Amino acid sequence: MWPLIKILPVKTNFQFVQFARYAAILSAIAVVASLAKALIPFAPPCGGLNCGIDFKGGTVLELSTAPRAVDLSKLRASVDRMALGDVQVQAFGAPTEALVRFQTPAGANPAQTVDKVKATVREALGQVEFERTDVVGPKVSGELFVSGILALGLSILLMLIYIWFRFELQFGIGAVVALFHDVFLTFGIIAFFRLEFSLTTVAAILTVIGYSMNDTVVVFDRLRENLRKYKRMPLREVIDLSINETLSRTVITGLTALLALAGLAIFGGPTLFGMSLVLMFGIVIGTYSSIYVAAPVILLWGVKRGDEPAEPVKPATVRLQGRGP
Amino acid sequence: MTLSRWKLILVAVAVVFGLLFALPNVLPQTARDNLPGFMPRETLNLGLDLQGGSYLLLEVDTDALRTERLTNMVEDVRTQLGEKRIAFSGLGVVGGSVVLRITDPADVPAATRQLRETIGAALAGVAGGRDVTVSTETDQRLRLSFVPEAFAAEAARAVEQSQEIIRRRIDELGTREPSITRQGLNRIVVAAPGESDPEKLKSILGQTAKLTFHLVDETADINQALAGRIPPGSILVPGDDIQPYYVVKRRALVTGEMLTDAQAGFDQRGGLPIVNFRFNGTGGRRFGDATRANVGRRFAIVLDNKVVSAPNINEPITGGSGQISGNFTTESANNLAILLRAGALPTRLNVEEQRTVGAELGADAIAAGKISTIVGFVAIMVFMLLAYGALFGGISVVALLVNGLLIIGAMSATQATLTLPGIAGLILTLAVAVDANVLIYERMRDEFRAGRTLVVAMDSGFSRAMSTIIDANLTTLLAAMMMFQFGAGPVKGFAWTLSIGVITSVFSAVLITQVLLAWWFKAARPKTLPIA
Repeated sequence: MWPLIKILPVKTNFQFVQFARYAAILSAIAVVASLAKALIPFAPPCGGLNCGIDFKGGTVLELSTAPRAVDLSKLRASVDRMALGDVQVQAFGAPTEALVRFQTPAGANPAQTVDKVKATVREALGQVEFERTDVVGPKVSGELFVSGILALGLSILLMLIYIWFRFELQFGIGAVVALFHDVFLTFGIIAFFRLEFSLTTVAAILTVIGYSMNDTVVVFDRLRENLRKYKRMPLREVIDLSINETLSRTVITGLTALLALAGLAIFGGPTLFGMSLVLMFGIVIGTYSSIYVAAPVILLWGVKRGDEPAEPVKPATVRLQGRGP
Repeated sequence: MTLSRWKLILVAVAVVFGLLFALPNVLPQTARDNLPGFMPRETLNLGLDLQGGSYLLLEVDTDALRTERLTNMVEDVRTQLGEKRIAFSGLGVVGGSVVLRITDPADVPAATRQLRETIGAALAGVAGGRDVTVSTETDQRLRLSFVPEAFAAEAARAVEQSQEIIRRRIDELGTREPSITRQGLNRIVVAAPGESDPEKLKSILGQTAKLTFHLVDETADINQALAGRIPPGSILVPGDDIQPYYVVKRRALVTGEMLTDAQAGFDQRGGLPIVNFRFNGTGGRRFGDATRANVGRRFAIVLDNKVVSAPNINEPITGGSGQISGNFTTESANNLAILLRAGALPTRLNVEEQRTVGAELGADAIAAGKISTIVGFVAIMVFMLLAYGALFGGISVVALLVNGLLIIGAMSATQATLTLPGIAGLILTLAVAVDANVLIYERMRDEFRAGRTLVVAMDSGFSRAMSTIIDANLTTLLAAMMMFQFGAGPVKGFAWTLSIGVITSVFSAVLITQVLLAWWFKAARPKTLPIA
């Protein structure tokens, strides 16, 4: 029994490519749904995402009235009277804690406004400890948004160049299609669960990009090796073989990452909860996409194999083969 | 399964350095202070979100600086042309320049010459050059504009000066080790760790603290002035509770730069908080002369374009010192004294971003980070032991432990900031570290099953897994680089932690595993692979 690795079948022979068509349809639907969820309504800058103040500007106050419980209705009433934009008052963690978010009215000084709000809240609730104060001005939030998008775009571009350089252009395109797939789906998850979209979320997405690439590279590496080894084997069989050969690694690594992140989600507190959730979903999506997005794209495109003349597999052939036994 | 000597040495050196640099983190402060000189004593550099503190992003308002310069220029033009008795009209600021129309065409050359010679400041290194250009336009119009490069240089100087004054003000507050850094063209970042009061910090940085003393223009009528008819040479200034507005002479008798000291104190009669100040030689003389010439009249103490108080001049004040009374509390008197001692900012500072975390919340975050790191660590170790058995699983656990040591050592040695998201990066790194082990082990199993002898299987397992490991981890490094380049604050910390983690985990997963496996192979002379 022990070590458990011995339980894993020595040689798996799943016909991954056979299901690639259905997976592609599923992925396409998921991507469209995610994009719709994340973009609609088309209101700049955040669309359907639950933008944090990092990208929208505004103020977040985390306050505690320990040991007393927070009187949320009193707190809400006192802040509502101040004619601020988009006020949200909510419980946060323990009942002695609360979160207040608001937008600074146009033309007002954000730093002075937050001091006034604090004074008002103190008046309403008595002894209050402000544990966190985050104020982001409109200029800075715009810059953070642009640099966040830039970071995402540039890292995908870097990956394309890297894979192109290390493998072949077809591999690079497969990897990048998979990356876009992962990023879009992750955005969909963020929008679906109304997770806050902040700088930390962008860091999580970038990490998902790194992990997904890591996974894709492992499969590609084996694929390249097998392409050299089995020159006569049809491409789809080589792809299936390579995915099967790396499957135990894919499963084990994915599981350890999920295990570690589950600990983070449970014990990391509210700040890290959203981030670890995004990372966990991203790892699942990234693993799926290495098998069902990156590799099939290569199948569509075809690859040069050693000294043989290039014979790209036409999409029609793929479809035919897909129906095969 | 042979082992080259340099690999052994490399591993030994890395472990020793890891221990050395990680050690201060587990020692109490007193033990750290007593470490011999060659030993590193830096602990992990915790970010403000973990240790509590305030981060302020301030922008030096160069637009306000330009507006102020333009307003002054309008007054200078009025004075200069008045001296030469040249009639003009339509004087004002239009689109970043000062424009006016000379009434008599015959006066245009004389006016142009006079303005060219007197307006603006002389440019260094350019003979006769000034930072303001005077151009003539149709219909006897003149336009005065700043030389763009000269204004840019002035703005840059204002930022530098602001940084210096911020440092002085914060030092006066006694805040623990604040960091004040320049960011971009006109921004200054203030990061103050510990339990500093962000409101106090902001109020002390939010004031320009430009102090001037003016004579009150008693001849002017306030209502007339409010309607826009202000006597030439005077200005309208908002006032205090006693009098909502004052008309004062534009020319300042003395300014805040002429102060040498300011201290908060109490009024001897009423016991109310006041600020005592002392002039330097020039300031004392000028104040003495001015008060001597104006006994019986009032002078206004103007701070940031607002009258603080307007006392009567009962007798000449020649001692070179004085006091400001006003509606002070002990704290506001104290703050004003600090501001006056540190000097005035060249222009307004705007708080563009503020992030404050209380020390308690920071401590909570550290606790949560510790627990989740330990839980993640243990979960991965148990999993690896279960999956690969005591020997191979145990080897990857040792590699993981060394990895943890190296990360803490490297983070302490480089004094990289560990933030809360950084802890998430750390945990993810552990998973990635295990990935390298898994890749190597799986490769060995493949090779062994393919019928290779154990030695060959193990050796080629390493060499073949290596290229995959490098490729796979370089991608993560590239992503981290992007985060470091474009991320702000906590995200930068995350990227840095991730990068260090990726490098140390590749090192320990590959080299530590290799060394341990080689020892096992030498000692046990196995015939079969335990994980096959």
